Amino acid sequence: MERIPTFRKGGVHPDDKKVLSNGMAIERLPVPAELIVPLSQHLGAPATPLKQKGDTVVAGEKIGQASSFISADIHSPVNGAIVDIKKVNLANSVVTEAFVIVPDAENPLGNWPEQPYDMLSPQEMLAIIKDMGVVGTGGATFPTHVKLAVPKGKSVDALVVNGVECEPYLTADHRLMLEQTDLVLRGIMIVAKITQPKRIIIGVENNKKDAIETLRQVIASNSYPITVTPLKVKYPQGDEKQLLKATINREIPSGKLPLDVGAVVLNIGTSFAIYEAVALRKPLVERVVTVSGEAMSTKRNLRVLLGSKVADLIAFAGGVAHEPDKYISGGPMMGFAFHDDQIPVIKGTSGILALDNDPAMKAPQTPCISCGRCVAACPMGLQPTKLFRLIDNRMYADAMGMNLMDCKECGCCSYSCPAHLPLVHGMKLGKRLGRK
Amino acid sequence: MDVPKTIVSSSPHLHARSSTASIMWDVSIALTPAALWGVYVFGFRALAILLVSIATAVLVEYLLNMKGNNPKTILDGSAFLTGLLVGMNMPADAAFAVPVIASAFAIFVVKWTFGGLGANWVNPALAGRVFVFFSFTGLMNTYRMPRTLATVDAVGSATVLTEIKLAIGEGAVNGLSSAGVLAETGYPFTGFAGSVSSWFQQTLGIGLSPYTVDAFFGNIAGCIGEVSAFLLIAGALYLMVKKIITWHIPVSFLATFSMLAWLFGGVRNGLGLFQGDFVLQLFSGGMMLGAFFMATDMVTSPTTHKGMVIFGVGIGFFAFLLRFFGSLPESVSLAIILMNIFVPMIDRYILPKRFGETIKEPKKQEAKA
Repeated sequence: MERIPTFRKGGVHPDDKKVLSNGMAIERLPVPAELIVPLSQHLGAPATPLKQKGDTVVAGEKIGQASSFISADIHSPVNGAIVDIKKVNLANSVVTEAFVIVPDAENPLGNWPEQPYDMLSPQEMLAIIKDMGVVGTGGATFPTHVKLAVPKGKSVDALVVNGVECEPYLTADHRLMLEQTDLVLRGIMIVAKITQPKRIIIGVENNKKDAIETLRQVIASNSYPITVTPLKVKYPQGDEKQLLKATINREIPSGKLPLDVGAVVLNIGTSFAIYEAVALRKPLVERVVTVSGEAMSTKRNLRVLLGSKVADLIAFAGGVAHEPDKYISGGPMMGFAFHDDQIPVIKGTSGILALDNDPAMKAPQTPCISCGRCVAACPMGLQPTKLFRLIDNRMYADAMGMNLMDCKECGCCSYSCPAHLPLVHGMKLGKRLGRK
Repeated sequence: MDVPKTIVSSSPHLHARSSTASIMWDVSIALTPAALWGVYVFGFRALAILLVSIATAVLVEYLLNMKGNNPKTILDGSAFLTGLLVGMNMPADAAFAVPVIASAFAIFVVKWTFGGLGANWVNPALAGRVFVFFSFTGLMNTYRMPRTLATVDAVGSATVLTEIKLAIGEGAVNGLSSAGVLAETGYPFTGFAGSVSSWFQQTLGIGLSPYTVDAFFGNIAGCIGEVSAFLLIAGALYLMVKKIITWHIPVSFLATFSMLAWLFGGVRNGLGLFQGDFVLQLFSGGMMLGAFFMATDMVTSPTTHKGMVIFGVGIGFFAFLLRFFGSLPESVSLAIILMNIFVPMIDRYILPKRFGETIKEPKKQEAKA
């Protein structure tokens, strides 16, 4: 028996609900009538627009230019015409400029044949990744070229690939691992060439045994120097801090990055995007989105052009079977509830969920009974109940002094609170007001 | 498509489906077998005491809920639980005024004057018990023998702990163990306990006094809910399986107490070190009820696991001191209350370990040169 590792401190075990959609092969969403392509689809500064209303664009053409060090280029997903530039709201409550693109009726899609890439130097590959606008597709959308640029004097001990997908319902990475196994692995080998790690590990939670099996087979037949590590299911293992603890037993210190413990972390969707960027010179213009939730008529894994409206995805899945309680962009633990189905899919949209009425989510708040469940559940070793009390009393500086900024809003505390206190909401508020 | 009825709220959008009420009712469920055993062995009057305690607690809670903008906590089960615990801490023969006063004191003074649920700094039920214990010491010290030990005069009996304490006070111990003292005074035990004891002696070669066996199964005099260690442990296991309590407080408490009782418990009997009969001590008095149901009260125990262990060790230490060297036979409730007072301090200084290793910064070469 192999010992199945996980991270040690905190964590919760929500019902993973993967079975709703993990048997559904990835399908392509038909080209929608209109795309809304925001200039801010990533962490960092919004891109600067390169096109104007009335311009025609071709698929893969750069339409937004990265505007600072942490920023990313934006490309047109289709051949078509820009009919408008307008302000839009995104699910994560970011307000940004967006191109409204009407795809060409006859030939909307681009064509990107594979090109040789073995001869490219690491620097050239990195430049291509930057040029193709690749960002982390797990949700945090950190620009990948920044992450992969290993500063001089630092070396990478481990490249850890995140196949955990710990959020309930989401199966997009799972399907990619099953269906595009070789291309995902090639993407990983490209990153290995850039960062020169001593070892390469793919961490996969063992509720995806088929993916572990498939990855191992393809790795063996190609003799890739990659280890697949099954991990015990526990949320939030897909966070890079918990993932590194589980796979290489290192803890990233507060405020530091994976590179500070000699690691680079990358998820499955991003690996696939990197393959497409370097081997096909195809920009990040589409991604896989899980469409699921009890209230959704059918559950799907869709390959979607960025800028497609959420309404198009829901309509493709046959609409909702009944009025859902909540629409979520992303996973149910960290995703964003939205009410407007005209918002676009962006680089970080991993799922669109229609959640059923859940009485537990409507239970009234009751006083804190100091049960300590939030303390036990916090993977960062914080005391959510104390932080919440401080923030409630507007003592933001004191909350900061108790490491409020270590909180990554994973939701374990609110999830386990029997008093139904909105702990994560308090943390978000405290961070925002405490920074001032 | 407009979606007007959907909820927009902060993440997370899932919940573990527990609530304060579900916790409180689960604890009450876990206490029920031990309470029913008390009713069985002490008779109808025990049931009446339990009902009076619960009714008073719920009524006082209801009246306080009526006032102004006090939170409406009547249905969360916390008052019911407090009442049940107060009742379980009463002798079956207490005058009805005693549980009424205890419950009312618990809910009104201890719980609500500090702000209601979650704000009290000692366990209300315990404080209620201690309040009436010191106010009506005579009434609170009159126990009846359980129906299973009905060979002797039923009312006005002493508990094993009182019996031992009295004997020691009279200097009548002569180097006898606790069980020896009880045997000397002719304290009764059931036939069942006698045969279990001799079976242990003959088959396993282990000396297990029949008094310990009776204490474990609840054939002793005592408060209504505290006598059956067996059923209390069963209830505690239920709570542990449901993850409502963790092992930290009860285990550290009982281990500390047992260790000290084993080490020094024989001294007052004129025996040497390592002679204390800690097993009898563990199963008698309010030890099990206190360890599993009182000390683990969430509001008045630390929030971190490390803090819980310190809290448990402290209770074990005070329980030992008070039980063996104090003037009262019973100690657990006072020990828990003492440690309740330390909880804010424990929570202030015992912090969970923050995630993140310390990285050795490369030493600056220039500074050395």
